[in-house]
Amino acid sequence: MKRQVPLALVFIFGIFMIIQYFVPHESSEWVFEFLLDWIYIIGIFALALGIWSLIRVSWEKIRYRKENWQYAAVTLLGLFFMIFFGFDYFRNFFNATGLQNFMFRHFFDYIMIPIQATMFSLLAFFIASAAYRAFRARSLLATLLLIAALIVMLRFNPYLGPLGDYMEKTASWLLNVPNLAAKRAIIVGIGLGIVATALKVILGIERAYLGKD
Amino acid sequence: MNIFDRMMSLDRRWVFLFLALVCVVTHVVPFSIPINTTEEVEAVFNFIDTLKEDDIIFVAIDYDPNSLAELHPMTYAIVEHAFRKKMKVIFTSLSQNGPGMADRTIRDITDSMMIERTYNGVTYPPREVKNGIDYVFLGYKPYPALVVVGMGQNFRIPFPSDYYGTPLDDHPIMKGVQNFDQVKCVVDISGTSGVDMWIAYGQGRYNFPLALGLTGVMAADYYPYLNSGQVFGILGGLLGAAQYEKLADNPGPAVDGMRVQLYAHIVIILFIVLGNVGFLMSRKRKG
Repeated sequence: MKRQVPLALVFIFGIFMIIQYFVPHESSEWVFEFLLDWIYIIGIFALALGIWSLIRVSWEKIRYRKENWQYAAVTLLGLFFMIFFGFDYFRNFFNATGLQNFMFRHFFDYIMIPIQATMFSLLAFFIASAAYRAFRARSLLATLLLIAALIVMLRFNPYLGPLGDYMEKTASWLLNVPNLAAKRAIIVGIGLGIVATALKVILGIERAYLGKD
Repeated sequence: MNIFDRMMSLDRRWVFLFLALVCVVTHVVPFSIPINTTEEVEAVFNFIDTLKEDDIIFVAIDYDPNSLAELHPMTYAIVEHAFRKKMKVIFTSLSQNGPGMADRTIRDITDSMMIERTYNGVTYPPREVKNGIDYVFLGYKPYPALVVVGMGQNFRIPFPSDYYGTPLDDHPIMKGVQNFDQVKCVVDISGTSGVDMWIAYGQGRYNFPLALGLTGVMAADYYPYLNSGQVFGILGGLLGAAQYEKLADNPGPAVDGMRVQLYAHIVIILFIVLGNVGFLMSRKRKG
């Protein structure tokens, strides 16, 4: 029973969603909208579980003074601060005004944005170092990759003169012919894989999502 | 260790130092570099430029602060272009930190609109861009695929009210606007795989004109959709943003940042060449 009910539910709703996609009738769309609401409700439970898990793991780290426990304290502080300032206590408690709150906006603008932007900008240095070490003409394929990368990087270099036009045309060809052919093959392959996996799940052949019990 | 071995195994701190120096110097010293435009960026610019007053475009700001350097300039350029031409804009965000990006964009551009500017020979007088009349920000909802499908039926399904809590029906801009049938195009500016949802569940199902603004590393992945006609234009990375700024005659952070990017690329290329010269000469010596 523990397995049959979920399998039956997946089969019924899976088949319904396939049929619904091709039936633009009002009643079919109403049921579809109703099911969309259910997905949000399930998602809220997942969110609550995620927050609980984060609090538990971080609290354990702080309690037993595990390695780098200070970061766990900052994580919890950040979590509670943003939740606390996400509500407008003086006008309407039930209206999560988010970015309208002065403190919430300032935390986002002056902490969140600089932190994320800084982390990402550091990548430029690691990419430069990795490119210097990894881009070596060790074999024919590696050489082709190296040449293609150089052409794409140099395509808009204004100091190359007439060679720049040639680089631009070659880069466009690289993007629109070999790159496009390879990407299209991958996309079609992934699409077919998704259809096959979805059918396996709907028909109950793939049951890994049910767990071991 | 001979000179060629040294060329191959340079301490990475030298790479970091040279790159940092070049970035700082090119950022501080003002000079301009020529920017050539490409067809995929021209297609987006021309599409928006030929729209009429009061036409509605839909801009999805689907990126987090980590992609801000590349994607914010293109959002600014496109949205300001639309507002200067007196179009209306519906914003949304399908990325968790996107509402902060959208909110900031709206604040900055509404400020910029208060200044008289001349673009491509046309002088645009200052004007106040109002929430609910000139734009509406729908906000964020999780599960991008579901949100896109829901909006395709009616914007009010995933977003009964806007980000600030006002019911959509209270906004004059939303009068008679049900779904994507009433918008001229959708521009998804994205640093995440959420862009796939716009292609598969949005354009594929509701058949609206879709343009993409993507980070540099993502752009190559989406050329197949440009070729197939599912996407009518792509702005790829800072370069795409700079091209749009050039076409809109509104040089901003992207044009400014291009000289840093150009010289950073030159430095990386020089290091790659250095490493390969060392590698080839060392191999030749060893026979």
